[in-house]
This record gives sequence, structure tokens and C-alpha cells, in this order.
Amino acid sequence: MINLALEVGKTAAPEATMFWILGPLAVIAALGMLLVKKAVHSAILMAWVMITLAIFYIAQGALFLGIVQVVVYTGAVMMLFLFILMLVGVDSADSLKETIKGLRPIAILAFIGFGGLLVSLIGRATLGHQIVGLDSANANGNVPALAELLFSKYVWAFEVVSALLITAALGAMVLAHNHRVHQRPTQRDLSILRFRTGSLAETAGLANPGVYALHNAVDVPALLPDGSAAPTSISAMLEARGDVIDSSPFQLGQAEESEGEDK
Amino acid sequence: MTSNLLVYLIALPLFGSAILMLAGRRSDKWGHLFATALSASSFGVGLYLFSQMLSRSGSNRAVTQNLFSWISVGTFHVNAGLMLDQLSICFVLLITGVGTLIHIYSIAYMSHDLDRRRFFAYLNFFIAAMLLLVLGDSYLNLYVGWEGVGLASYLLIGFWNQKPTYATAAKKAFVANRVGDLGLSLAIMISFATLGTVSFAGVKEHAGQASTGALTAIGIMLLVAATGKSAQFPLQAWLGDAMAGPTPVSALIHAATMVTAGVYLIVRSNFIFDAAPTAQLLVAIIGAITLLFGAVIGMAKDDIKKALAASTMSQIGYMVLGAGLGPVGYAFAIMHLLTHGFFKAGMFLGAGSVMHGMDDEVNMRRYGGLRKFMPITFATFGLGYLAIIGVPPFAGFYSKDKIIEVAFNMGGIKGVTLGGAAMLGAAITAFYMTRVVVMTFAGNKRWDEKAHPHESPALMWIPMVLLAVGSVASGFIFTHGNSLVNWLAPVVAPNPEHRSEMLKPAVVSIMALVAVLIGVGIAIMKYLRSQVPVVAPENVSIFTKIARRDLLQDDFNEAVFMRPGQKLTQGLVVADKALIDGAVRGVARMTVGTGSTLRNTQTGFVRSYAMWILLGAIGLIAAIWVVTL
Amino acid sequence: MNPANYLYVAALLFTIGAIGVVVRRNAIVVFMCIELMLNAANLAFVSFARINGNLDGQVMAFFTMVVAACEVVVGLAIIVTIYRSRRSASVDDASLLKR
Repeated sequence: MINLALEVGKTAAPEATMFWILGPLAVIAALGMLLVKKAVHSAILMAWVMITLAIFYIAQGALFLGIVQVVVYTGAVMMLFLFILMLVGVDSADSLKETIKGLRPIAILAFIGFGGLLVSLIGRATLGHQIVGLDSANANGNVPALAELLFSKYVWAFEVVSALLITAALGAMVLAHNHRVHQRPTQRDLSILRFRTGSLAETAGLANPGVYALHNAVDVPALLPDGSAAPTSISAMLEARGDVIDSSPFQLGQAEESEGEDK
Repeated sequence: MTSNLLVYLIALPLFGSAILMLAGRRSDKWGHLFATALSASSFGVGLYLFSQMLSRSGSNRAVTQNLFSWISVGTFHVNAGLMLDQLSICFVLLITGVGTLIHIYSIAYMSHDLDRRRFFAYLNFFIAAMLLLVLGDSYLNLYVGWEGVGLASYLLIGFWNQKPTYATAAKKAFVANRVGDLGLSLAIMISFATLGTVSFAGVKEHAGQASTGALTAIGIMLLVAATGKSAQFPLQAWLGDAMAGPTPVSALIHAATMVTAGVYLIVRSNFIFDAAPTAQLLVAIIGAITLLFGAVIGMAKDDIKKALAASTMSQIGYMVLGAGLGPVGYAFAIMHLLTHGFFKAGMFLGAGSVMHGMDDEVNMRRYGGLRKFMPITFATFGLGYLAIIGVPPFAGFYSKDKIIEVAFNMGGIKGVTLGGAAMLGAAITAFYMTRVVVMTFAGNKRWDEKAHPHESPALMWIPMVLLAVGSVASGFIFTHGNSLVNWLAPVVAPNPEHRSEMLKPAVVSIMALVAVLIGVGIAIMKYLRSQVPVVAPENVSIFTKIARRDLLQDDFNEAVFMRPGQKLTQGLVVADKALIDGAVRGVARMTVGTGSTLRNTQTGFVRSYAMWILLGAIGLIAAIWVVTL
Repeated sequence: MNPANYLYVAALLFTIGAIGVVVRRNAIVVFMCIELMLNAANLAFVSFARINGNLDGQVMAFFTMVVAACEVVVGLAIIVTIYRSRRSASVDDASLLKR
């Protein structure tokens, strides 16, 4: 695929084909990222845009950047995003209803104005501009040429950026570090607490999920003696995600009925 | 000639004042003696300088002493210098001499007052300031003394400031004096602007080069200053209320010395007034008006001190009239000033003595027949009385008749008017002074049973006797061989030009005596032959009522200056609230309004801030787009 | 084919990213939009490098990637911290600046 992209970059007609297929797709994916409800879907679309951009890089003679884009961005950064999403935002389905009054129409106007101005400026700036191409610059290969620049002309910036990277890593560690103010309660403490507070029923431990003999998965709430579902028997996370199965079909009377029907 | 002694004249009493004020209560025991000693030593220095002066010939008599360079700005140089000439020495001896006598008198008079030391500190301060006034060799130095005596006057009128009315009287005197002081400062400024100098010698030298208009302006401003300090019309209203101060203060400051500072100023500035006839005529007119004004008020007053204050106003009117008559009148104005200093101080001390014996009662309708109880007071007061009404050979006869005579000899309608006013004044003076003496010392007794009239202690009557001697003899001494006129000649240079004498001196004297006799006769008829009611009768003519109200001077000031002033300030308060405060509050309200409007953009939502950034970026790109077009 | 076309794509992507920052409320999506803007800028850099025939643009894009990586690391750490204390990843909930 890399070779294909490189080849595409060298000849005009295939590049145009590639561009006119991938370009609109990238824009559509980006727009979709804006419009979909779930953050996870946004992340997937984002990954697609990034891969598209990696292909564009390679097609434009930036082989090294294309690889780095796939490895660093699509590989590391997007995974980090998804990881954090899993950590905090599993239940985060954005409602697309705007809460700040008047922001959306202004945003649409800004979209048109900003985009229009940028496009028209680029048009004016590049119109009739001589295109040099990277053939001579990449004569000894893209990676050696980049390396030569990085470690001669940009070596100072390179060092500074490395310092920045270390600082950022340290900063992230500091931020993520959860300083414990109180000692973590031991099993003994929890046991004492359970007897001191709450009812005797809770003291024995919460009900396990599942209805024995019928459906004992974790997403089915246990039934209380009066036949209603026990909310404390299943994980709050599952409930929030909407992945809880209704337990009413497994109640005593109905269960017999439904089994009778099956027969 | 220079002399190093001049500064001690001022420094001694100033030192005494400083010591008494700084030492505070610690000096209560000896403060009064200390102050009296310093005042007396200043008098001693004055006498020594006087004797030295006598030993020199006429034009060499003036001595000067340069203390230090006070102001040196560009072309403006003022030295703090002192000058003692023939005119100044008269004042120095009067101030320190009468001042010392009154110090002695006050030791007894104020003996029961807890704040006697403070009183003496102020008295010493007054002596120092007054000496600086008459010794300064430039208008600016004079101005310092001028303000100093104003301050001393304020402090002493309000000495018993625990009484609100007394404090108000002090304030009134101070404010009226400020108006006059403004005139003096303006005169100094005009003098510097036109003549380039403010020293007496310099102004005298350059006065010939200045335009008559400028000199008239300076003269009128000096006259304003004099009316303020000397209680002349139209700034006369404060003097009557100034009697709120202790009686020795009334005698020293408001009869003998400070109030005559205006006369000193006019005589000292003779070179200006001689070159500005309009201003000079104005001086004479003011003097004539005031002498009648004061005399009329004097007729209606029942308060002995206020009657004497009105008389003071009237007598200073004579002096100002004399000073306004030009070179021939200056010497007589000064002569009347000196004789008046003796007899009026003596009478004030006599009034103080009467009050001392009558439990501070001041209403003459509550006196009567006191001559048996206070023989010395009666004798000294009587001698002063004979001097003031102008009975020969007492002092007033020589000085006042000279002024009347010179006024008549001005010639023309001016002479008749001024001379007639002075003559009428003499008759009225005789009337009201007789009234005072008769109501106080003669007739039946009208005081309460509680009062026990008694003669005052020796410390009080000795100064009175000495002043009485002065009232008897001074006139004769000053006129004997034209001594005072010749003495003052180098300073005020009498006009050599021969004047047509409209009336011979003898004729004037006889006319004046007749006028005096008429006045005395009416007063005796009215107050000795008939009973004096204890309570002032109410059913009197409108003229009497007006005279009792000080010829409506306070009502006039109140209606013309105070009420409009109050209205103005009230208006300004409203304007301040509406305009100034309105503007301030408006700015504040506008700021608050703008702030709360702009606050709506601060939603706290990151996304709206991001929107603003985006809009800013759009604006930036739009600008680039336009610029690169 | 004219490489300027890539620039148009980059401009569009950048605009979409900018609007996304404004419109979306989920902090993670907002972050992804910022990444989109950075990527668009990178695409423009690469295109400029090609148009001008030198590799400086590519070096810039490389640096941008590094900086973006730093920013993501710190930003996500902040999001995690906020989430831990406020149980929310919505940027609208962190509107304490107003009060």
C-alpha cells in the first residue's frame, strides 16, 4: 500500500483519482465526527481521517511523516483517546441539542465565513504559483533528508521539543496521581461498618444478580420476595448504559406461563 | 543709620509669648509677671532708642536694621528689615507704654481667671505683632504684623470662648478683618506690578513715575485695608461685638493701638495718597462718615463698653479724616491718635474698673451715683471724659480742634462739608460722653442690692492714673511749639504751600466749644435732671431704635452679604449634588451598566469563549483578505 | 494534479475542527476536534513543502506532531482529573469561571 501510494504520488492522473476519492471521504468523515452522537463513533471517524491524511502525506513525498502519522497518531494517540473514553465516557452519548442560546447559528455562520475566507485566500495565494516538487529534496531518500535538517538546522528546536515531551509526560503523571487522604478501609473496617449502619438484610451482603434456574446472567436483576426487581443486585454501570434486561418475564407466575407457552 | 537694637523691641515680647505658650501650666505662677517684665523691657528699649533719636538732628533720626533676605525671586527682593523713624517711634512708645500699663492692670483684673497665663501670652504676642507692623520697612513686612495683630485680636476677643456668642464675635471680627486684609494684599500686588517694589523707601522713590490711576488703585486698596482694621465705614460692624473680649483687651487693642493701624497705614503711605487726590478725598469722606456713624451709635448704647467702642469708631473717624486732608492733616491725625490712645485707654480701664466693682454688670442703666464708691475711677474717667470732648487744656482739645480747623480750611464746599461733619461730631461726642459719665457716676443709684460697688486695687488704678496724666498733658506737650508737627516733618513733609485760612484757629476753637457745650447741656438736661429708667424705654422714635440697632449695620451686612451668600452656597450644594455628584455617579452607573452588559458575554462556558476566539480569527483573516486584495 | 487542492481540504478540515470545538460538549470530542485542526495544519505544511520544494514544512509538521502528542497527554490527564472530581466529561459543567 505504501508503494502504491508512492507510485500514485509520482504520476498525475492516479493521484488525482486518489485525491478525489479520499479527499471528499475525509471531509465527510470529519463532518460526521461533528454530527454523531457517541464519542466512540467520533473517535473511529477521527481515526479514518488520520489514516486518509497519512496516505495524503505519503502521496506528497512525505514518507516519514506518513508512517509517523499512522504509528503515532492512529496508533498511539487515538488509542489513548479510546482508552480515556472507556475510562470516563462510556455512558457519554452527547445530546446534540444546543444549551448555549444562539451559539449554533453563530457557529454555522462562522463555519461558512471562516471556510470561505480561508479557501478564497488559499486560492489567491496559490494561483499561478510555481510548483517545485520534492524530487530534488528527496533525491537521497525522504528520511535521510529530514534527518539532516532535524539534526543540523533544527537541532535546537528538536532538543527543546524533547524536553517538552518529558515535561508533558511528568505532568500527566502528576495530574493522574490520586493522592490518598485517608487510609483505605480494610475488609475488617468494611465489615464493622456494615454492622453499624443499614439494615440487617444488607449486613448479610447484597443480593447477587440473576434469577436462578431461569436467567443468571449479570445483566438480570435479582427478584425480591414480593417479585419485584432488586436494583442493588446489578452494576450501576450496566444500568446506565441501558444494558439491563427486564426481569419481569422471570417473575414467578409469569415464568410458568411463558414456559407453558413455549411448550 | 543702622541699629541692632530694633529687633529686640519685637523679640522680647515674642520671646515672652513663646515661653508662656510652650511652658503651659508650669508658668501659671509667674507667667503674668514675666510677660509684664518683657513688655516693660521692650518699652525700655523703645525709650533708649527715643533718647538716641533725640540726640540726632532731623533727617538723621531714622534708623534701620536689616535682619535677613526674606524673598528673592527673579526681580522681586524683599528683606526682612526694620525701620524706626519719627512716626514709628510714636507708635512704639504708645504700644509698649500703654501696653505695659495694661499688662500691669491685667494682673489684677484677670487675677481670678484660670487662664491668666494664656491671656498674657496673647497680650505679649499682640505687642510683638503690633511692633512688627509699625517697624516693618516694607508693605510686606507690615503685612506680617498686620496679620499677626489680626490673629491676636481674634484670640483675645474670643478669650472666653466657652461662651458661643463671644466666639462668634471673634469670628465676626476676623472675617471683617479678612476683607480688609484682602485690600492690603491687593495693594501690595498692584504696587509690585506697577512699581516693582514693595518697600516704603522704594515705593516713595518710584511713586512719581507711576500713573495716577495705578496710585489711586493702590490708595483705594490701602483704604479698604484701613477700614477693615480700623473699623471704618463700611467694615465697622465688628468693633462693637469685639467688646466681648476682656476689658484690658478692649483698652489696648480695640481702642489705643490695633484699631489705629489703619491710620498708621494711611499716614505711612502719604506719598501715595498725596499723588492720588481721588483716593485721598475718599479717605476724608470715609473718615467723616464714620465719625458721625460712630457718634450716633454711641448716643443709643446702654452697654458702657459698647458706648466706648462706638466712641472709638468715631474718634478713629476723626483720625482718618485728618489723614485724608493731606500733608497738613497727617501730623494732627497722629496727634489725635496718640492723645486718643491715652484717654480712651484710660476710660476703658475705668469702665473695666467699674465692671470689676459691679460684678461685671455692663448696663449703664444699672449704674448711677458711683462716684462716691469709686473716687479714683471717677477722677481718672472724668479726666479722660474732659479730654475726649475737647475741653481746654485737656489733650482732645488740641488734637480734635486741629482736625476740625484743617477740615474747614480745605476751602470750598469740601471744607464746609467735612468741617461741618467734624463739628457736628464734636457736639454729639460731648452729648454721648456726658451721657456715659452722668449715667455711670452721677444721679441716683440703680443697681441691685446684691452689688457691692468698691474701688479697684492699686494695681488697677495706678495705670489709670498714669493714663489720666497722659490725657491731661499730652495735648499740650504735642502742640507746644508745634513739637509733634516738626518732629514728624521729615516723614510726612507738610505742604509748604500757604493755604488761605477760611477760619482762624481761635474762631474754630470757640465754635467747637460752643458745640460741645450744647451737647453737654442737652445730655445733662436729659439724664441728670430727670430719672433714668432702669429698663430702656420702648416707645422711642424710629431713629433711636435704628441707632440702638447700630444703624442697621448688621442687618445690612446680613441682608446684602450673608443671605445671598447662604443662598449661593445652598444653590451650590444643589448644583454640586445634581451636576458634580450626578456626573460622578453617572460615570459610576455607566461603568456598572457597561460592566453588567459586558458580563453577559462572560458565560463561563469554555465553548462560548472558543466561539469568541474563532470570531476573532475570522476577523483577522478578513483583515488579511482585505489588505492583500 | 495541483497540490493546492490538498490545501483546500486542509482548510475545510481545519474549519470543521474549529466549529467542532465550539459545538460539541464532550471534552474528549472537543479534544479530538483540536487534533483534527492540528492535522489539517500538518497537511497544509506538507503541501507547502511540496509546493516550495524544500523539507522545512515537513520538519514543522513533525514538530507539530510532537507538540500535539504532549498536548493530548496533558489534556487527557486533565480530563481524567476533572472527571474524577465532578463525574462528568462535559465542558459545560466546568463553568466555574462565571462565579
